[in-house]
Amino acid sequence: MSVNLADELTSIVTRATADDWRAAITLAGDGLVAGGVATEDYTREMIETVEEHGSYIVIAPGLALAHARPSPAVLKTGLSWVGLDTPVEFGHPTNDPVRLVIGLAATDHDGHIAIMAALAQALVDPVRRERLADAADADEVRALLADDSH
Amino acid sequence: MKIVAVCGMGIGTSVLLKMNTEQALQSLGVDAEVEAADIGVARGAARTAQIVLTSAELADEIGDVPATVIVVDSFFDVDEISQKLRDALE
Repeated sequence: MSVNLADELTSIVTRATADDWRAAITLAGDGLVAGGVATEDYTREMIETVEEHGSYIVIAPGLALAHARPSPAVLKTGLSWVGLDTPVEFGHPTNDPVRLVIGLAATDHDGHIAIMAALAQALVDPVRRERLADAADADEVRALLADDSH
Repeated sequence: MKIVAVCGMGIGTSVLLKMNTEQALQSLGVDAEVEAADIGVARGAARTAQIVLTSAELADEIGDVPATVIVVDSFFDVDEISQKLRDALE
């Protein structure tokens, strides 16, 4: 369980703007591509996941976990981080609007359990989630996440 | 007792839900096996489970199963999961 979440984030974007949920997921996908975690096909697959199954990826108030199933578009397991300047509606009945989008790519179904546990631990507190969503830059995100691990 | 945590892909949300459900069960003092499943295999898994935990949208997709289906709003909220499990187990 000794995963340092900050190390798993291949890309951190803060105070980003997105017109809608597709644009917000695309930003998370761009981060995965930039980090060498996935190809652009994976971005499309993450959007298709929402088109097919709805906005269930908004797993907590203000937080979307953008992801799709393991596929050839996934090069390695990793996360990307997108803090949104303006909240975006995903169409979720209780957890809209979204301020933080985390992109997740996994090569299989259980190789990333420790990362998910670290993610849950870091984001379980709504006040901390708010502070992380407000973070001005990548350094502040990493500092807040590092603070959490103590 | 068997409990299934269901999400669309079986890699993200169901894994979180499984972890927090295990925590909730521990706080309730209930002994159960929790399995993470994607929506594709969920209907089959739900046939042999007593409880299915998932989101509102996926609950509609699972449809009619013998198990009690619990809809979770915040997958991070162990208190919410504990409360709903307690209600379901009564």
